[in-house]
Amino acid sequence: MPNNPSPLEVHDLTVSYHHRPVLWGVDFTIPEGKIISIVGPNGAGKSTLLKAVMGLLPLSSGYVKIYGEPLQKKRSIVAYVPQREEVDWDFPINVLDVVLMGRYGRLPFYRRLREEDTALAKDALNQVGMLELQNRQISQLSGGQQQRVFIARALAQQATVYLMDEPFAGVDAATEKAIVTLFESLKSQGKTVICVHHDLNTVIEYFDWTILINLRLVACGPTEEVFNADNLNTTYGGRLGLLAEITERLRQSEWKRRAE
Amino acid sequence: MIESEIWILIIASLVAISCASIGVFLVLRKMSMLGDAISHSVLFGIAAAFLLTSSRSTAVMLIGAGAVGLLTAYLASALNRYGKLQEDASIGVTFTWLFALGVILISAFADRVDLDQECVLYGEIAFAPLDTIEILGKDAGPRAVWMLGFVTLANLIFILMGYRNLKAISFDPVLASSLGINVALWHYLLMSFVSLTTVASFESVGAILVVAMLVVPANTAYLFARSLVGMLSWAIFLALLSAVTGFFLASYFEASISAAMAMMSGVFFVIALLSYHLKALKSVRPMSFPSAVR
Repeated sequence: MPNNPSPLEVHDLTVSYHHRPVLWGVDFTIPEGKIISIVGPNGAGKSTLLKAVMGLLPLSSGYVKIYGEPLQKKRSIVAYVPQREEVDWDFPINVLDVVLMGRYGRLPFYRRLREEDTALAKDALNQVGMLELQNRQISQLSGGQQQRVFIARALAQQATVYLMDEPFAGVDAATEKAIVTLFESLKSQGKTVICVHHDLNTVIEYFDWTILINLRLVACGPTEEVFNADNLNTTYGGRLGLLAEITERLRQSEWKRRAE
Repeated sequence: MIESEIWILIIASLVAISCASIGVFLVLRKMSMLGDAISHSVLFGIAAAFLLTSSRSTAVMLIGAGAVGLLTAYLASALNRYGKLQEDASIGVTFTWLFALGVILISAFADRVDLDQECVLYGEIAFAPLDTIEILGKDAGPRAVWMLGFVTLANLIFILMGYRNLKAISFDPVLASSLGINVALWHYLLMSFVSLTTVASFESVGAILVVAMLVVPANTAYLFARSLVGMLSWAIFLALLSAVTGFFLASYFEASISAAMAMMSGVFFVIALLSYHLKALKSVRPMSFPSAVR
């Protein structure tokens, strides 16, 4: 594929924490312009996978390539949205300033931000419906608003690949809908979005492609092909109550698809 | 006011500005204790630098202290990362150990070390104006003013130049790193400036005032500042206010000037904390229930 390299290729990736592997020999390649979920139980290494891709953790083995090149060469086209809880929301900063951080990587550290940077940040805020709150202190935002600010920061980075750690966790219904709409618009621009996702009920509805992991890779492919009872069973092990519920949902969506 | 009193106020103001401004980033990075640790472990740096070079020049002291300050920051994070120690535990282990080494060096080689540990630890600002330097054969004022003036200027330039990156690594180091900012480099740069500030202030005003000025005004400002610029300005203002009020308090009671200044910073913290909670209480409206029947 030298002509059309994948936006993200992960090869034989192993990550250890205190000498214990948390990801083991993970290997996958994803297509461009898709909305992709990473699914697995707690402690399966989902966030670790994103952090490893971002070069935030040392790799025990393997490599990661962005459009066929190492991350260092492509950093400016990859935007990362950490989990909301990782940040001190009492930090004395307002909404616009957080979004402007998306522009920091584009300038030498001593250079002042330009007017176009501010314009891009405001445009990003507008896309997530937060422009009116640009001067608000971040401690005065709801969970959904905080998530929107984080996503706006990633948008301001004008990336091609977006890696998001649980963007739907603890957000209100309106924000969830706004994020899904935004994903569709990114997709239509040929951009790739990769999300760690927790809610198995919405995987089929929101994501084109799914990566199932639990320490090792279980499956990676189009959601309708890989998101099935067998793979979920392998990923989630013996958590039957949950599985029964999902299997039931799968059956329903299958039934709906046939009815259509 | 006599000349020495004016010098004391100038020295205290320089300590206030340099400590409070750099302290803001320590507080935001949740590393207040690291400032405390560095301010103690630099004693080892000062003693070692003196033994190696037998020079008491400012530059040698600053270099020795800067190196040990970085060593403290490195050891603390290494013990935390590789030794599985909690962050506070690794700071506690590191600085007590280096501080003890410093005390041993000074006491063991007391005949060769022209450093008084009493003075280094409880350095008293009242004596600072007596230690003057000469430039081109003329009396150029207290040595502390020159040293602290240089460090204050260096701190302010560092903060102005690195403002954006310091802000990013304080807000979220993971995010900063994903933006391509070298978080480790900026962390150790910050720690070098903490060490410089500490050692420059240490000798002239004593450890108590240094630790207080690094941490207390910045924490007070954190309670109500709405922006980073605001937090920096408030921290510096509160530090200056503590210095001035502390000075007059000390002269009235004829008490230790350094301790009085440190205490005043605590008083302003308590006032800010109380008003913060009063404001929070007032803003809570009586609970309103939605009308049950529609």
